[in-house]
Amino acid sequence: MTRTPIQLPQQRQFGETSRLGAWWLQPLLVFLGLGAFIVYSTWAAFQGAYYASGPYLSPMYSPLIWEGAGQATSGHNWLGHWPDWLPAAVVGLPITPAFLILWAPGGFRFTCYYYRGAYYKAFWADPISCAVGEPRKSYWGERKFPLILQNIHRYFFYVAALFIVILTYDALVAMWFPPEGMTYAQAHEAHALEFGFGIGTLVLIVNPVLLGLYTFGCHSFRHIIGGHKDCVTKAPAGKKAYECVSCLNKRHMLYAWMSLFWVGFTDFYVRMCAMGYWTDLRIF
Amino acid sequence: MAQREFRIQRGSGDDAHLETYTTDVGEGMVVLDAVHQIQAESAPDLACRWNCKAGKCGSCSAEVNGMPKLMCMTRLEDLPEDQPVTIEPIRAFPLMRDLVTDVSWNFRVKEKIKPFAPRKPDNEDGSWNMQQDDVERVQEFRKCIECFLCQDVCHVLRDHHLHDEFYGPRFYVYSAALEMHPLDTENRLEQLKDDGNIGYCNITKCCTKVCPEHITITDNAIIPLKERIVDEYYDPITKLFKMFKPKK
Repeated sequence: MTRTPIQLPQQRQFGETSRLGAWWLQPLLVFLGLGAFIVYSTWAAFQGAYYASGPYLSPMYSPLIWEGAGQATSGHNWLGHWPDWLPAAVVGLPITPAFLILWAPGGFRFTCYYYRGAYYKAFWADPISCAVGEPRKSYWGERKFPLILQNIHRYFFYVAALFIVILTYDALVAMWFPPEGMTYAQAHEAHALEFGFGIGTLVLIVNPVLLGLYTFGCHSFRHIIGGHKDCVTKAPAGKKAYECVSCLNKRHMLYAWMSLFWVGFTDFYVRMCAMGYWTDLRIF
Repeated sequence: MAQREFRIQRGSGDDAHLETYTTDVGEGMVVLDAVHQIQAESAPDLACRWNCKAGKCGSCSAEVNGMPKLMCMTRLEDLPEDQPVTIEPIRAFPLMRDLVTDVSWNFRVKEKIKPFAPRKPDNEDGSWNMQQDDVERVQEFRKCIECFLCQDVCHVLRDHHLHDEFYGPRFYVYSAALEMHPLDTENRLEQLKDDGNIGYCNITKCCTKVCPEHITITDNAIIPLKERIVDEYYDPITKLFKMFKPKK
């Protein structure tokens, strides 16, 4: 028997669809949401100042390996002032402490399975929405350079998990305030910090909680914790751990957005307090 | 009884066009009911594939108002009443006539996938021992009714026509059901990476969105397979770990 080849339907033009309703709304919201965060975080990273206010440290500058070039000590740095051997600017653009660390959470989100699907749609229109025509005829997917590099997501996960520990430490630090008349750095140096709780403390506690819910619901972690086994019951951390991660994974998109927003808000809160526009309210 | 307008694709090849029909609709009617009514009243030659009318045979796949759906499971009252209902054939496969497409490519792909290869029986009577928890994961994949709506909505097939290089979501689900089966001993990762080109999938999750059986195709089948491929081909630490792991 011979088969007569039958032609596939003609490819649709960009945006062509029979779908009704606002199919463009979701990619537009993703574009605006992610775009706003990228613009804000880039701006904040270039500032190199107002990243700490008393016991509060912005998550975009944590861990603060060295204090920003020309900045007074905040009491949060790990290794002291900006070292002489590290340039403070490259081709006229300032290098701030944020650039030393933002590659890690940035890389984690960039290679995240949820974000990949979201930004391929919203920023690259590949496709812009389900069952809607695309702008390009050629397609490589994630098989070739550079997108084949998305496969290193699990390495970013390992680093991101470390950041949860660091940001949890920051939340604990945010409970220790300097006494009246002393700066945080002075009180820290003199071991004179006093226990307290401010709105900023709450903001800094919520941050690692949301980031933890997002990070530990990661698809790569789900695979590592047990998904790689055909017999999940024989997984190293056991079935319960696999189920726990799977449970978080079901809401990965929700936690991705909540944690993204909160990181931005936390930086904004600390920045506003540091600039003196907002006064942090002490609960006790 | 209210009347509703339907725009149904008729013809084949360059002659394919939308034709408008009007018919009475009542409470509880699904799109397939309306199509049958139109066949009975005004278009007896309208070609449409259907069988169970219960969302289990996967025959009546079509695009209703632009979204891949089973006609028998799409209630008319769920569609906007102020606009005509557009019914088109699925677009990822060659059109035969009206709403009927040639989906045989899918069966040829399925034949290529390495079959189930169970380990030696655990017991003398030829049976195996398995934990219920271990088989539960693959049972989700076995709900698939092969309606091919996921294949239809996948832009790799639908828009880029990469049928020669890409298996499509349905067959990653099928492969996952075999690959994750606690008794299976076969390794399909090289096949999925090089012949099935799972790397073409860019995780749009459209397949998951249209699945009438609510199989979490992307999160539970495709991404876990991608991660297994990372273990095998892209993760140097896992490779190193495997080298020193004692062989069973």
